[in-house]
Amino acid sequence: MQITMTVNGVSHTRDVEARLLLIHFLRDELRLTGSHWGCDTSNCGACVVWLDETPVKSCTVLAAMADGRRVRTVEDLARGGRLDPVQQGFAECHGLQCGFCTPGMMMTARWLLDHHPDPSVAEIREALSGQLCRCTGYENIVRSVRWASEHEAAQPAGGDGGTGRQAGER
Amino acid sequence: MRQNVLRPGLLVDINDLPLNRVEDLPEGGLRIGALARMSDVAQAAGVVQRFPVISQALLLGASAQLRNMASMGGNLCQRVRCSYFRDATSPCNKRDPGSGCAALDGFNRGHAILGTSDKCIATHPSDVAVALVAMDAVVHTRGPADDRAIPIEEFFLLPGDTPEREHPLEHGELIVAIEVPATPTARLSIYLKFRDRESYEFALVSVAAAVRIQDGAIADVRLALGGVGTKPWRARRAEASLVGKLAGEASFAEAAGQELAAAKPRPLNAFKVELAQRAIIRALMTLTNGDTR
Ligand SMILES: Cc1cc2nc3c(=O)[nH]c(=O)nc-3n(C[C@H](O)[C@H](O)[C@H](O)COP(=O)(O)OP(=O)(O)OC[C@H]3O[C@@H](n4cnc5c(N)ncnc54)[C@H](O)[C@@H]3O)c2cc1C
Ligand code: SF4
Ligand code: FES
Ligand code: FES
Repeated sequence: MQITMTVNGVSHTRDVEARLLLIHFLRDELRLTGSHWGCDTSNCGACVVWLDETPVKSCTVLAAMADGRRVRTVEDLARGGRLDPVQQGFAECHGLQCGFCTPGMMMTARWLLDHHPDPSVAEIREALSGQLCRCTGYENIVRSVRWASEHEAAQPAGGDGGTGRQAGER
Repeated sequence: MRQNVLRPGLLVDINDLPLNRVEDLPEGGLRIGALARMSDVAQAAGVVQRFPVISQALLLGASAQLRNMASMGGNLCQRVRCSYFRDATSPCNKRDPGSGCAALDGFNRGHAILGTSDKCIATHPSDVAVALVAMDAVVHTRGPADDRAIPIEEFFLLPGDTPEREHPLEHGELIVAIEVPATPTARLSIYLKFRDRESYEFALVSVAAAVRIQDGAIADVRLALGGVGTKPWRARRAEASLVGKLAGEASFAEAAGQELAAAKPRPLNAFKVELAQRAIIRALMTLTNGDTR
C-alpha cells in the first residue's frame, strides 16, 4: 500500500507492506538509523519518536498508521550544525555509554522540556520510565536532562529545541 | 505476534474509526470511545474531576510513550502477561487449550490468588479495568448482527475450564465505547498500585476504592482489586461487610479479611494475600483521612 508521511520536515511517499512497523520504515526504508529497534515486546523504548507532537514507541505503530502524519526522529534534534541542548547535556554529563537507548531517551527528554521546562528529578524519572538503559544506571541520564533544562533557562533563545520552530526548518 | 504466540490470518487496523471521543454525559456519567488513547482519557477534565480513580489508574499503567498510542478498547482486551503464555514453547491452556498450565507449579509469583482454576491462574493485567469494574462501567459493542451493552463484570470471564476465552466478544464484534454511570461516590476515589519498582511495572496488587460517608458511617463503598484476580476483581464481600459500619481501621481490616478468605495462593504468591489486605486498608484509610501513609 502507498503511504505518505512527513519525517523531520521532508515528505516521503513509499509503497510498503501493510504489516511494516514504523520503526522498520524509518530504519530500512528511509535509512534513518538513529532510532533503534531493541526488543520485540515494546519494553525498551529505544525506538521512541514523535508522532505529530507526541512521543510514542515506533514499534507500536504500523507505518500505515502514520500515513498523512508528521514524524520527528533523533536526526532532527541538531539543527544548523548545532546540537540540541539535550544532546549537549548528554555529552556534558556522560549520559550515555553504549548509546543504544540514547535516541529514545533524547526524544522523550526533548518533549518533556518543551512542556515542563524545569522538571524535578522525580518528574524526569517518571517521564523516562518507559525506557530502559542497560549501562548508565540512569543517574547520568537524569543529570543530562537537568543540565539541558538549566542551560535552556539561562539561554532561552538557544534553548529552542523544536516547539518554536517549524519542523524541517534548519 | 512478534514472538509467534499468536498468528492471526488477517489484521484489520481500526484506528481510523471515529471512536476516540471522551464525552461527559448529561447526568454526570462518561462515555469513553474505544479508540480514545489512554493518555487523553487520563487528562480529560470530566475524568479527572468526577472519576479520579480512572485517571489515576491510567497514569499508573504502562508508560507515557505507550499510553500515547494505546487505546481503551485495546487495554481491556490486552492478553495476559504470564511468561509461559508468552513463551510459545511452554504448555499453556490459554494459548493451546488442553496442553496444561506450566504456571501451576512453575514461577508463579505474579499470578492470581482469586478466581483461579486448575486450568489457568494468570492475572488480568489491566489497571484501568480495575477502576472501571469498581465504577460499574458498561462495555458497548457492535457486531455484525446487533449492538450489545455488557456490564463490565460480565465482560471479563473467569478461566474455569476454558481459559482461552477471556471475554464474550463474538467474531467480528467490536467494542465501540465504555460508559461509566454517574455516581457521587466516585468523587472520593483512589487507585493504589503496589509493584516491584516505582514506575513502569504491572501490579503485584492494586486497589480501586471509592467511599461515601454519611454521619460517620459508610453509606456507599466500591472496591476492586488488580494483580490478584484472573479478572479485574470486584471485592463484593468486602463491600457488603463495610456498608453501614463506622469508617475506621477495624472495619476496613475485617472487610479485607473477608474478601481474601476465598484466596487460593500458591507458595510463591502467598505474600499477595496479606499485601492485598493491607492495600485495601491503606486505600480506605487514605480516602477517609485516617492515615495518608
Ligand atoms: C511494556 C508494557 C507495559 C505495560 N504496562 C501496563 C500496565 O502497567 N498497566 C496496564 O493497564 N497496561 C499496561 N500495558 C498495556 C498497554 O497499556 C496497552 O493497553 C496494551 O498494550 C494494548 O493497547 P493497544 O491499544 O495497542 O491494543 P492492541 O494491542 O491494538 O489490542 C489488544 C487486543 O485488543 C483487541 N482490540 C483492540 N481494540 C478493540 C476494540 N475496540 N474492540 C475489540 N477488540 C479490540 C485487539 O484485537 C487485540 O487483541 C503495557 C504494555 C506494554 C507493552
Ligand atoms: S497461568 Fe494461564 S496463561 Fe499462564 S501458563 Fe497457565 S494457562 Fe497459560
Ligand atoms: S523496540 Fe523496544 S520498545 Fe520499541
Ligand atoms: S547507554 Fe547503553 S543502554 Fe543506555
